[in-house]
Amino acid sequence: MATTTGHTVKAFDDDLRTLRALVSEMGGRAEAAVTDSLEALVRRDLDAAARIVEDDKKIDALEAEIERQVVRLLALRAPMADDLREVLAAMKIAGVVERMGDYAKNIAKRVTVLQDAKGIEPLSILPAMGRLVSEMLREVLDAFAKRDAEQAVEVCRRDRAVDDFYNSVFRTLLTHMMENPHTITASTHLLFIAKNLERIGDHATNVAEMVYFAATGRQMAERSRGANSVTTEN
Amino acid sequence: MADHSLNDMAAGQRASNDPPKMEARNVDVFYGAKQAIKNVSIDVGMENVTAFIGPSGCGKSTFLRTLNRMNDTVSSARVTGEITLDGDDIYSPEMDVVQLRARVGMVFQKPNPFPKSIYENVAYGPRIHGLASGKADMDAIVEKSLRRAGLWDEVKDRLSESGTAMSGGQQQRLCIARAIAVEPEVILMDEPCSALDPIATAKIEELIHELRGRYAIVIVTHNMQQAARVSQRTAFFHLGTLVEYGDTSEIFTNPRETRTKDYITGRYG
Repeated sequence: MATTTGHTVKAFDDDLRTLRALVSEMGGRAEAAVTDSLEALVRRDLDAAARIVEDDKKIDALEAEIERQVVRLLALRAPMADDLREVLAAMKIAGVVERMGDYAKNIAKRVTVLQDAKGIEPLSILPAMGRLVSEMLREVLDAFAKRDAEQAVEVCRRDRAVDDFYNSVFRTLLTHMMENPHTITASTHLLFIAKNLERIGDHATNVAEMVYFAATGRQMAERSRGANSVTTEN
Repeated sequence: MADHSLNDMAAGQRASNDPPKMEARNVDVFYGAKQAIKNVSIDVGMENVTAFIGPSGCGKSTFLRTLNRMNDTVSSARVTGEITLDGDDIYSPEMDVVQLRARVGMVFQKPNPFPKSIYENVAYGPRIHGLASGKADMDAIVEKSLRRAGLWDEVKDRLSESGTAMSGGQQQRLCIARAIAVEPEVILMDEPCSALDPIATAKIEELIHELRGRYAIVIVTHNMQQAARVSQRTAFFHLGTLVEYGDTSEIFTNPRETRTKDYITGRYG
């Protein structure tokens, strides 16, 4: 359902624009945190890792700011229909993105422990997995900004690939640990990192479902969510 | 309006398990040469409060007035199509219009009590319709009507005072009591709160909740929050047509028509 004109009350449009900008900024920061944490891991860059941990506070602050803006919009503008759905989606999305930021922070914290880990094969797979989930995050927030339900469905479909990545990392690490018991500590940390990335992918599909509802007023159909995909371990 | 949307609407016309009290089919209203209502079909149920919303001049009040033939008083007005009450055509020559307006009562935008006592305001209708068999009977009708209108406790000790001396909100509830006194089946309300402050408005809205189910209620309102608060079914009128009619919760969260959405989200005009 296309909207051709702005609101009669122009300040309402300004408020919505502010809200969208906040969500977009928050998403951008979370996306960067995911990519940067894996970059830091690969390069054993402790400074970068510390920066990611520190920057997570800004993501948390943005969530609080989005909540304030949503409460203000509900109280002052009484949004209806797609406006109402968008405002509520923004608040829910902020909560999910905050969690994604925490996962990225968690990955960054493990960089210290893993700085001496060498020759573990999954280390080379994780950046690709990280790129995939941060792309999903970027696309789903893009879909939110454009109220694009189709793009949201597309993001859900990609979660299957994340699960495949995870299953592959899981098996490889298991084998690696059996063959090289002295790497169990490092391998376990890598497993947690893979799990974090898998969770971020799942959260991206949750956001996609929120975007779909905001855009259409309907729940996303079960099959579009890729419900048949499973991970080896949860 | 395109045929397909008419068909869609026919499907949505009836609220499930709410048999229609009034049915309008293909109703047109003309004021002279000007067409104010274009081919409107809608059912009004007993269980649900129905709200008519739309911008000024969209025809919602005009259409409301066709439901008890209030437009008969406008000499240039002409109504075509069919409107039934319990299946009887209210525009048929056999229909007694005075009786019809007792069965389909109306409350107006501006409270309009008679310049008589509170008691007389309520007793007037039952008296001319011969509903009371004596003083005691009439007292009972007056008390019951004022109670149902949520006014009894405020006025029981001053029933002989003038109705016009009350506050605006009380006057409006008195008008509702007056409408109720003749035991109507349908109550039409034309912006009943637009002249009232928020507290008086809240009392009327609460009253509408209490009256729901006992009477079929149709309310015209400019206040969309009010429509959202008091009604279970909402009809959106625009330029004399019925654009969309559906469950209120659906209309305000996920309307099907772009024109409805633009209006309720504040993008109209």
